[in-house]
Amino acid sequence: MPLPAARRKERSAIGAEHSVTSVAPAALLEIDGLRLSFGGVTALDGVSFAVRPGLITGLIGPNGAGKTTLFNAVSGMIRPHAGRVRFDGHDITGLPPERITKAGLIRSFQIARGLPTLTVIENLMLYGAEQPGEALWQALTRTPAMRRREALLREQAWQMLQRLELQPVADNLASDLSGGQKKLIELGRVLMRRPRMILLDEPAAGVNPSLARLLGGHIRSCRDDGISFLVVEHNMALIGDICDEVVVMAEGRCLMQGSFAEVRNDHRVQTAYMGRAA
Amino acid sequence: MLSYVVAMLTLAAIYATMALGLNVMWGMAGMVNFGVAGFFAIGAYAAALGETRLGLPIAGGMLAGAALTAAVAGLACLGLRRLRDDYFAIVTLGIAEVVRTVADNEIWLTHGSDGVSNIPQPLRGLFAAHYDLFYLALCVVLTAASYAVAEAARAAPFGRVLRALRDDPQVAAVAGKNVVWFQVRAFALGGAMIGLAGAMYGQFTQYITPDIFVPLLTIYIFLAVTLGGKGSNTGTLLGTVIVVLVLESTRFAAGILPGIGAVQIAAGRGMLIGVCFLAILQLRPGGMLAEPVLRVRRAAPPQASRSGGGDQASAASDT
Repeated sequence: MPLPAARRKERSAIGAEHSVTSVAPAALLEIDGLRLSFGGVTALDGVSFAVRPGLITGLIGPNGAGKTTLFNAVSGMIRPHAGRVRFDGHDITGLPPERITKAGLIRSFQIARGLPTLTVIENLMLYGAEQPGEALWQALTRTPAMRRREALLREQAWQMLQRLELQPVADNLASDLSGGQKKLIELGRVLMRRPRMILLDEPAAGVNPSLARLLGGHIRSCRDDGISFLVVEHNMALIGDICDEVVVMAEGRCLMQGSFAEVRNDHRVQTAYMGRAA
Repeated sequence: MLSYVVAMLTLAAIYATMALGLNVMWGMAGMVNFGVAGFFAIGAYAAALGETRLGLPIAGGMLAGAALTAAVAGLACLGLRRLRDDYFAIVTLGIAEVVRTVADNEIWLTHGSDGVSNIPQPLRGLFAAHYDLFYLALCVVLTAASYAVAEAARAAPFGRVLRALRDDPQVAAVAGKNVVWFQVRAFALGGAMIGLAGAMYGQFTQYITPDIFVPLLTIYIFLAVTLGGKGSNTGTLLGTVIVVLVLESTRFAAGILPGIGAVQIAAGRGMLIGVCFLAILQLRPGGMLAEPVLRVRRAAPPQASRSGGGDQASAASDT
């Protein structure tokens, strides 16, 4: 159960930013006092913030701040010990990952976890929603509904490959791709689900600068199509380039929320990253 | 000699059906089931007892064997959903041993170690002259049907999800798939095939006892799938034929090799199986026929004038 007093304190720490956001459209994703510890180590210590729809929100913070743990808790891979996650007004706390995905919120993985024995295009088609051929009886009888849906998913997957310029490797196994191509696939397959919001976990980790810019361009164009993003990323150039708003986490809490320029110039953020000056 | 070859081929067909069931569970969905012999026993006993005690028609007995095994397999998988990999495998081995021990001890139901005898054979009266040939044909048809079902499941979106959760269940869950529900259905489908094989075995030998369903049988089936190509149904068929050939041909070694008797043959067979496993895993870990990669063909050429993402797009033809 969340602790109301702690939650209020957390909100007031966010400060003036919030009074401004209250006139903006209602939050799409609300994270409210999430707590999670592994043994004696507190990974999330009552983190609270809200992500507005239609924006790319960056989530930054030093290593160990709890960013990936937060993604795991929000996407249903780990159940938080306390606190609430609301997506589009619905409580999704502790739901299994597939239910959260079905609600329109989907995550990517930090290390591109390609499914090695699926081809690239199968990786994309797998993420397509509502395939009746995933029912055993329809699969065995090859119903027209299954074949229609499969043809449509194939077409959508092909268009996604065109957009990401990956058609030449469509029939390659995902394990045979380069690191950068895997990152593109990771983005492409979450897009195949046609979600309302994407949690992107380090989309540009380990890719070269020009591919990072390319990925940034894809993310921005998806935002323009109406998809909201929460992006964990250590590449500050990319964060500064694509993010409309930035949330800073440190030690399992939300330190501040604001524009990239505000966050960059905030001494609390500098202290969190650099340690306290002697 | 001819009747021996026919009997050997019939046994190969029965083992192949069982191996296809294991391939659905293990090859396609990635769940190690060391309880194959137990599920085989459930199918064999359900059919045999249904026919001899409840007076079910033969087809009904076979259906009951497959259905009961499917149900037990599905429930077992559901019950073990929190166990992963090795732990899952160990418990399935335990389930098979429980089944065998129950068959051995619940004498009121199974006749214990006396076994069930006089198991009826289908259409016996019609094909009195060459019944063994007819029964071989029937087994081949049932094996072919199991193969067709396994291939349909593999090629469909259902099979794609199975391969995905075999590779990484968390990614499959994030892709929106209910992982446990897919695993349960894969286990039930594989269980149905293993149960059907059990019913066929009972008819073939007309007599079953608990000591047929030992873990060594499970090992043979694993060897067949590994040899042929885990994940490949065609490879599984090929692997089974080879395993049965190897196992049966050792019988003749006693007559050919000097100083080798029946006891040495029995011991040597176990060693031979071990050597086969080692050789395959060293030389061809993917098996003789590796799992085929499904090529996704486009319904239309890439330059088609169709504008993006229309819901009626390219529904006309399929791969």
